Amino acid sequence: MKSLAELEAIREKALKEMSLRDNTGKIRVVVGMATCGIAAGARPVMNAFVEELNKRNVQNVNVTMTGCIGACRLEPIAEVITPDGKKTTYVKLDPEKARRIVVEHLINGHPVKEYTIGEAE
Amino acid sequence: MKDISLHLMDIAQNSVSAGATLIQISFDCRDGFLIFRLTDNGRGMDEELLKTVTDPFTTTRTTREVGMGIPLLKLSAEITGGSFEIKSQKGEGTTTEARFVIDSIDRIPIGNVDETLKTLIMANPDINFEITFQSEKSSFKLKTEEIKKYLNGVPIDSFEVIEWIAENIRDGMKVVFGGVLNEISG
Repeated sequence: MKSLAELEAIREKALKEMSLRDNTGKIRVVVGMATCGIAAGARPVMNAFVEELNKRNVQNVNVTMTGCIGACRLEPIAEVITPDGKKTTYVKLDPEKARRIVVEHLINGHPVKEYTIGEAE
Repeated sequence: MKDISLHLMDIAQNSVSAGATLIQISFDCRDGFLIFRLTDNGRGMDEELLKTVTDPFTTTRTTREVGMGIPLLKLSAEITGGSFEIKSQKGEGTTTEARFVIDSIDRIPIGNVDETLKTLIMANPDINFEITFQSEKSSFKLKTEEIKKYLNGVPIDSFEVIEWIAENIRDGMKVVFGGVLNEISG
């Protein structure tokens, strides 16, 4: 069983690191998590985003979820919204594609064109 | 939907959309049934919507006129010989309950409830979640509100905290449902 002592260690470590974080200019990743998205595999996609971001210690990205984005046949879908308001819509995702988007788009700033809705349509 | 944890994700998403601040989720194994119940304090539904909510041609969505989430859960439960019920009070909240016959060949597995909860808490750090597992063997309870108090300002959606919660839930499932549900080893 996980113990409260472990949670306490996590808390202490996080408190130390919190002052280092910069919350301004966050990129948002929004994963469609309605019936259509879930059935197509949105949950592992969302987890892949979060795990990869944590592995690479990226702090300026928020991963969240929303309902149906409207193009159910292209699920799983995720939108990347940069602080300047620019939106990129990625479609037919899987965990592997999500990890590539983290590296190429979220870290290096180059959208992965071949996964975007424009290419799929 | 391949397992119950995916249904949970879907139904909980309705609670999020309904503006809930507390979502209570329980899995209870007794008398040969696996009972999944989700209660929220969201805006609830009026009688008219409640009557048609299990109809796939009812949805709150505006882009299209079909909503499959609730009808699919109802079907998953009824196909095992179980039942489905949804109760709601406008302004008070909604309770959804699905009863699965554990030994039915058509019962889908419970799935990765820990992964669903992880995703839900991470995406909705301001909503409080209460999760309960119960069987004749044992019981387990986790309340994110208590964890938040303990964290003393550290965000609950910090990666390591979320991982700790997920592992806790995974352990809880093993203790309570190991050997009771044949997909979880005892």
